[in-house]
Amino acid sequence: MKTLDALFAQVRAEDRAALIGYLPAGYPTVAESKELLAAMLDGGCDLVEVGVPYSDPVMDGPTIQAAADTALRNGFRLRETFDVVQSVTDHGGHAVVMTYWNPVHHYGVDAFARDLIAAGGHGLITPDLIPDEAEEWLDVSEKHALDRIFLVAPSSSEERIARTVKASSGFVYATAVMGVTGARESVGAGAAELVRRTRAHTELPIGVGLGVRSGEQAAEVASFADAVIVGSAFVTAAKEGAGAVRALAEELAGGVRRKSGHATVAP
Amino acid sequence: MTERQRNPHDPDERGHFGPYGGRFMPEALIGALDELAAEYDKAQRDPAFVEEFTRLLRDYANRPSLLTEAPRFAEHAGGARIFLKREDLNHTGSHKINNVLGQALLTKRMGKKRVIAETGAGQHGVATATACALMGLECTVYMGQVDTERQALNVARMNLLGAEVIPVKTGSRTLKDAINEALRDWVTNVDTTHYLLGTAAGAHPFPMMVRNFHTVIGEETRRQILEKAGRLPDAVAACVGGGSNAIGIFHGFIDDPDVRLVGFEPGGHGIASGEHGATLSEGTPGVLHGARSYLLQDDDGQTIEAYSISAGLDYPGVGPEHAWLKDTGRAEYRSVTDDEAMDAFQLLSRTEGIIPAIESAHALAGALVLGRELGQDGLIVVNLSGRGDKDMDTAAKHFGYVEDS
Repeated sequence: MKTLDALFAQVRAEDRAALIGYLPAGYPTVAESKELLAAMLDGGCDLVEVGVPYSDPVMDGPTIQAAADTALRNGFRLRETFDVVQSVTDHGGHAVVMTYWNPVHHYGVDAFARDLIAAGGHGLITPDLIPDEAEEWLDVSEKHALDRIFLVAPSSSEERIARTVKASSGFVYATAVMGVTGARESVGAGAAELVRRTRAHTELPIGVGLGVRSGEQAAEVASFADAVIVGSAFVTAAKEGAGAVRALAEELAGGVRRKSGHATVAP
Repeated sequence: MTERQRNPHDPDERGHFGPYGGRFMPEALIGALDELAAEYDKAQRDPAFVEEFTRLLRDYANRPSLLTEAPRFAEHAGGARIFLKREDLNHTGSHKINNVLGQALLTKRMGKKRVIAETGAGQHGVATATACALMGLECTVYMGQVDTERQALNVARMNLLGAEVIPVKTGSRTLKDAINEALRDWVTNVDTTHYLLGTAAGAHPFPMMVRNFHTVIGEETRRQILEKAGRLPDAVAACVGGGSNAIGIFHGFIDDPDVRLVGFEPGGHGIASGEHGATLSEGTPGVLHGARSYLLQDDDGQTIEAYSISAGLDYPGVGPEHAWLKDTGRAEYRSVTDDEAMDAFQLLSRTEGIIPAIESAHALAGALVLGRELGQDGLIVVNLSGRGDKDMDTAAKHFGYVEDS
């Protein structure tokens, strides 16, 4: 069984949702990003997404844009992504890499996969690569036994959801709202509906991201999803240091174990 | 313009021109791209749509645009004859109006009330604001903060036309970042909003659709040059930023193998300086803004900021069909520096009394070189894609007509 399958099986056995935290590699520096990710793991994240800072992050709101910009201005190099993934592995954690496609395309898809595996990474989340364009990545991920986490959105048709989950492995990333990344007051009832629609097409675990920032929201999402994905709120916490990141992870980890499903969220 | 037949130069059904194009986009936008592709497909087969588009081009945009011979300018080009396709005489002063009218009509067909657009020099922003005023659509234009400063007059124009102009303060604060911000708006408001992309780049169906709205340039030019010169030109010259005016005029001659198609990219301070926007000449294949094409990028696949004196050309990407035309050898791409473009800008002004856009001046500078290569019997058509009124501030500083502030 692949690592992510085993991880989600265990989380299911504990009758809770998984907590997945995101931070960009190299933010604010490579060394500090390793410490921040370790704090995330210590606080209770089951899986971390190591983000690749990119010059043109069209899916990201101001918080993550600014973090990517800081990392790049501080001299982040793409190959350091693997050092950061290695640090997660060495800390006893699990990592996937979240990246826009051009850095992987430019590095070479096979080379990227090879170096990711060597660092102990489990797969890629690809926000601007849809399965329709992913032929090479489908082959390479198969060869290296890496997981392919594609995204579904509230605007996805049934046909597209079916096609996307079929190409996915590990888990499916459901974007809770139509929009860019960023903490929000409310995750939106659309998320539960999207999970319900996606669930009809797959047995894979479904993670919900975009907008979650509190334990209460995590508990709400945990009532209908298999994983709660938190990004911008961690980036905001990272400005205050590892202690704040750990504290947020602990709060969210409590949330995914509460499953205090609000009545407003249809199962 | 007649109802369109399937064009043998169309991409495959997923938008690929050879290995280029496609859709490298967030899943959240795929539904909107599918809707747009389906609506466009229906529209171009709907005689009522084609008739309305043709009527607007004729009665509103002032088409067909003239083909003007430029003999005094051509004296500096080794004696070759040079004709100018006068897109500068279109309403709003550039070729941009063709695509904008087409997409605004599509917006109405899709029942959307709001349009967003990006703009570099402001030509596309002004054209979009114009079409939105004409059709009663709400309009928001994203423009890099650097560009709002060097093209302040166009910001005022857009405001006058009722558009909201949002200065983009992220990244290089130019066209690339304006596109990023427009895409973020689109993914958030896609139910109500059409993204009226201004060049033949981006995700499918934009490169094909924008091209097709501009092929009227090439169709008219081919007819006009046969009338005026009695033969096809030896070369067609156009400037290339994203590549919409070039692809529009190239397509009039793409099946005429003896006509050379030559695109001129912004060489900025010279290729060796590293400060340029010569994507096809100096870039490598990559993915940006929804399509695979040539791209200015560093060793890590991070986009390199382009530079040109022309706000409309400093874009680090280029439309995917140009990438394909380069690889297949059907078109050739060269670069022209700021200084060469500005010399041609002044030369055309003083020899023909026509002030070109600095973008178009790159094609004019290229034509001077082509003319010398072709010699006495050469015949060249230059796509004069826009007028230069908007560039007076830049020109006055460049030539020292005013104190550099």
